[in-house]
Amino acid sequence: MKRQDFHRKLTERWPETGLDEDCENGLVVPVEAIHDIMQLLRDDPETECDYLDFITAVDHPPEHMHVVYSLYSLGKQHRIQLKVIVDRDAPTAPTVSHLWTNAEWNERETYDLYGVVFPGLKDPRRLLMPEDWEGHPMRKDYLHANLASKPD
Amino acid sequence: MGLIDKIPAYLEKTPGGGILMTPLNWAVNEVKASSLWYMLFGLACCAIEMMATGASRYDFDRLGMIFRATPRQTDLMIVAGTLTLKMAPRVKLLYEQMPEPKYVIAMGGCTVYGGPFYHDGYSVLKGVDKIVPVDIHIAGCPPRPEALMHGCIELQNMIRQEKLGQKRDRPGLRHMAAGTTRPSGLIVPDSMRIVQNA
Amino acid sequence: MLTTDTDTRDIRTEEFELNMGPQHPSTHGVLRMILKMDGEKVMHCDPIIGYLHRSIEKLAESRTFTQVIPVTDRLDYCTSMTSNYVYVLAVEALGDISPPPRAEYIRVIMSELNRIASHLLWYGTFCLEIGATTPFLYAFRDREKVLDLFEMTCGARLLYNYLRVGGVSRDLPSNFMQEMIGFLDYWEPMIAEYEDLLDKNPIFYNRAQGVGVLTPETARRYAVSGPSLRASGVNYDVRRAEPYSVYADLKFDVPLGQSGDVFDRYRMRMDEMRQAAHILRQCAENIPAGKFLDLHNWRFTLPKGEVYKHIESPRGDIGCYLVSDGGDKPWRCKFRTPSYVHIQLFQELIRDVLIPDIMAIAASFDIVLPETDR
Repeated sequence: MKRQDFHRKLTERWPETGLDEDCENGLVVPVEAIHDIMQLLRDDPETECDYLDFITAVDHPPEHMHVVYSLYSLGKQHRIQLKVIVDRDAPTAPTVSHLWTNAEWNERETYDLYGVVFPGLKDPRRLLMPEDWEGHPMRKDYLHANLASKPD
Repeated sequence: MGLIDKIPAYLEKTPGGGILMTPLNWAVNEVKASSLWYMLFGLACCAIEMMATGASRYDFDRLGMIFRATPRQTDLMIVAGTLTLKMAPRVKLLYEQMPEPKYVIAMGGCTVYGGPFYHDGYSVLKGVDKIVPVDIHIAGCPPRPEALMHGCIELQNMIRQEKLGQKRDRPGLRHMAAGTTRPSGLIVPDSMRIVQNA
Repeated sequence: MLTTDTDTRDIRTEEFELNMGPQHPSTHGVLRMILKMDGEKVMHCDPIIGYLHRSIEKLAESRTFTQVIPVTDRLDYCTSMTSNYVYVLAVEALGDISPPPRAEYIRVIMSELNRIASHLLWYGTFCLEIGATTPFLYAFRDREKVLDLFEMTCGARLLYNYLRVGGVSRDLPSNFMQEMIGFLDYWEPMIAEYEDLLDKNPIFYNRAQGVGVLTPETARRYAVSGPSLRASGVNYDVRRAEPYSVYADLKFDVPLGQSGDVFDRYRMRMDEMRQAAHILRQCAENIPAGKFLDLHNWRFTLPKGEVYKHIESPRGDIGCYLVSDGGDKPWRCKFRTPSYVHIQLFQELIRDVLIPDIMAIAASFDIVLPETDR
């Protein structure tokens, strides 16, 4: 399936789904529907995206943050990338960790490095940084005493 | 000068045992230097080179160095690889678990000053000598096995100069960069010297 | 399996916690596992990572596109070439750059040689972990010969920094092909020797067969990839599914397992080494002459956009998600790494097994910690 087919399929239920201008196989979907969309993409025999490659976030200060989901189908061998746009001050997205088990660590990492909260996540601890670490280091405006910036 | 310096040379002449007179200092140092058991403890890339040094081609055993899996049985900690802030307390604990006399080799750029992660590495400890005293620094990313062996031989030479009852934490003994000199026998092949143009 | 002569069902036992790592001789680095034990049986395993989180993705954001290449070396030190490759591929896709055909072949040769080196390293350490020391020495003896080939090409033993955007940093030395064929002639019979050490060994059978069985369903749920996925019988190889570079023109088999246990994962890697040698011989025949690099300004800008590229590394499916804002540095550079999912899998696989099985299971996935923590 190509991106247009995914787009057509998703606009039937979520008309606000849009094409991602930056990514050639990406869609921008509403954040509150991400769980249902992912479930549809996984369970629908036409899409059958059974393989979650990764979840990550991209910081776009000052206002937005993108949470990116990359899905692949082992059987049909097609890929689709979903993107939700969240508020940078209080980034929140529903968890998909009960659809794919590996989403759990991906979401923990995204929380750790970017501060995106995934309500419903079973184990919302930090993953990579020590548990008493302050701040979310991958944010663009992150400052830390240990950080010596590289001269240009 | 005199007899006392020549005595070590008599050692080989008494293979069957018998009476050997030697300065205690020399004997203790020789024992310490020729059985440096190191901790099997790798952090990152340098650990692979440390494994390669211990394996077939380079063979650490000929320096009297055998790996031990537990810190309680080791004399030498080779900190091989990037030390992160999360790992740093553990390394300090490992160092404290080692019995005296104990030595530390900082292997690779990351352990010397932070290496490639010095700039913008928010989670990297910039120099292992911030938490444990380091005897030998070996430069390189990662250092070649030859460089590691060179560092170990330098450490053995350093141990041989120790004096009994001397406190080892004295400044001056520490912070010797051994890997800054290129080990003899390291040859740069001709093919590498010429940068070929397209 | 636990077998006891006496009936122990009536004896009350008590769960206790055991900490394993981050310094442990057989965890392949700084993996920490918190085990809930009942006697010697592991009831639950909680892997804890992050002890080697070196902020590689943050580093990538403050370096130019060319300067990021040495950083990707450190992403997976056992196979620097493939981590170079996936990043360079992503940059080339975003900038619409295509390398000359000779460079494509050199890249494939380097990836496959690195696959051999990585699998040999895996073979040696895997055997160490299950208690055999001799194979380690065999594997490292031959791995050094692969490293010699790398050394004569790019001067480095471990972290190569060889690939460039638009090609490779320097041409192959004139005697490279001869040396490589010489190595393959020597080494291909050696694979049978490695197998002889383990395949006919009843102790190894008992340690490996039926241990750590990974079903295809679980593998999908966790997004397992590479030889570990193929050992469970799922036919997914990026070189086949989405051929990159010249893999579409090369003939090779994708070995498949059936049961998905430790033994099958070991078999997969042995067969992959044979296939790698097969690919290398084809490359040596077909490699064209010509340029190895399209020279351009090393400080360049890429158009605004994002791309995801992935290739088959020795450990599995490694991917690079690259976002550019139109400048000369990546805005975001995320690496999707195979070991990351494999370690996560331990919480499911390491359950109701004995302590020695932990070692066999963990080692059979060929985990590498810097790739996990990045």
